[in-house]
Amino acid sequence: MHEFVSFTLSGVTQGMIYSALAMSLVLIWRGTRIVNFAQGAMGMITTYVAITVVDRGDSYWWALVIAILAGVIIGGLVELVLVRPVESKPPLNAVIVTLGLLILLEAIAGMVWGGRYRSFPPAFSVQGVFVGSSRINLSPFDIFTICAVLAVMVGLLVLFRWTSIGLRMRAAAFEPEVARLLGVRVGRMLTLGWALAAGAGSLAGLLVAPNVFLYPSNMDAVLVYGFTAAILGGLDSPVGALIGGLGIGLALSYIGGYEGASLETIGALVILIALLMVRPEGLFTRVAPRRV
Amino acid sequence: MLSVHDLRVSYGAVEAISGVSLEVPDGAVTAVLGANGAGKTTLLRTITGLVRPRSGRVAYDGVELTSLRAEEIVRRGVAHVPEGRGVIQDLTVDENLRLGALWRSDRDDRKKALEEVYELFPPLDTRRRQSAYTLSGGERQMLAIGRALMARPKLLLLDEPSLGLAPLITAQIMALLRQLSSESGLTVLLVEQNARSALSIADQGIVLALGKVVVTAEASRLAEDEDLRHHYLGF
Repeated sequence: MHEFVSFTLSGVTQGMIYSALAMSLVLIWRGTRIVNFAQGAMGMITTYVAITVVDRGDSYWWALVIAILAGVIIGGLVELVLVRPVESKPPLNAVIVTLGLLILLEAIAGMVWGGRYRSFPPAFSVQGVFVGSSRINLSPFDIFTICAVLAVMVGLLVLFRWTSIGLRMRAAAFEPEVARLLGVRVGRMLTLGWALAAGAGSLAGLLVAPNVFLYPSNMDAVLVYGFTAAILGGLDSPVGALIGGLGIGLALSYIGGYEGASLETIGALVILIALLMVRPEGLFTRVAPRRV
Repeated sequence: MLSVHDLRVSYGAVEAISGVSLEVPDGAVTAVLGANGAGKTTLLRTITGLVRPRSGRVAYDGVELTSLRAEEIVRRGVAHVPEGRGVIQDLTVDENLRLGALWRSDRDDRKKALEEVYELFPPLDTRRRQSAYTLSGGERQMLAIGRALMARPKLLLLDEPSLGLAPLITAQIMALLRQLSSESGLTVLLVEQNARSALSIADQGIVLALGKVVVTAEASRLAEDEDLRHHYLGF
């Protein structure tokens, strides 16, 4: 029983990180119908930016802010420079562009920061907190992780539901042509969508780095988890991304805990393949055609 | 005044509009009629910048529109209700309407326009928070027109507003367009296959066939001229 609780707690924490990554994939998919395979690598780059700030002697919080800002800027630039030219082209072009960007970013990281594994400092202790007299598998850093991702999700929800910029972004995502006729500058909304998504991806990179170390391909497996979470949630649904991330986090934690950590990646791939075969539209997407 | 001069538009090798020139006088209702494939929808889409012409000019109030993007053209007072109405089904009625005026900086007037639209279309007023997905065809047409009016346009373009609507609803929509034009001086450019109902409210009729203007005449003359009607309009 104690074991189960322990795996559940670590599954929730990891799941929140996958949710953040899934959320950034969902944001981009909703806006531009592109799966951003470079999302993980973009988070890796901004984590290197953060560690560079920390190495200079500045605080973790300052590094966090700079890394997320860097993510926002990189995301916007990627959309403007690389994605805009392929947006009206066949979907395969965009797939190739984001895969190319993934390889490019990992190569750049290797050239600039080297390929060795580095440890990344957590914001808080990673020692489990005491409940009564026993230590549980939930550290202050885990609590911070959960709160940070939830805060970002709530922030995005508020932005999309209750602000006029969010209304414009939704219109641009659902019906770009109609949105343009109503005066929405759709191009700007797409850039903003990529920027916000990359900001969420940066946060995921920072939160996962203390666990997986920092090296140029440290986000590859995490991207598979985040992608599986996004598919599980329906790829179109922000709420689905949250629940999908938690689902994957828990599943992998149980697999890793009971069967061995080496099975985690394979477990995620098995879930992904099974999902794509059985229910490719995910669990949270309206399956019936929407048009009447 | 909207004036279109020697407009040519093609999709790949297929020419959809082959040298159209026309003028839409201010404050009147102009109906563009013609069969499927005559180029009616393409004409509207070119005016509002969704399609780039191969050559020719479109000017509104002396401003050249062909070099502007669609999202800028609505800022010049030209609103377009697209074919199939284009309500955004994933948004609520209220969100659809508010979206139509978001580009305008005058917050108070945006609120005022919203209440005016609800007053004009009571069925929408009772469904503010419902998803547009739940609306009937007639209500969707009201929503699309209301949303276009949120921009306080001077020129309103409508693509087949009668499409898929019951005759009674079509008549109501047409009467409303006539009323908007007569009472508030709105210029209406209406594209219709349903020539009879369009001509019943129009001042001027323009018949397109195979991408060319074949007749321009007063609407009442078009409706009365049996030869023209049989030949081009099929009633």
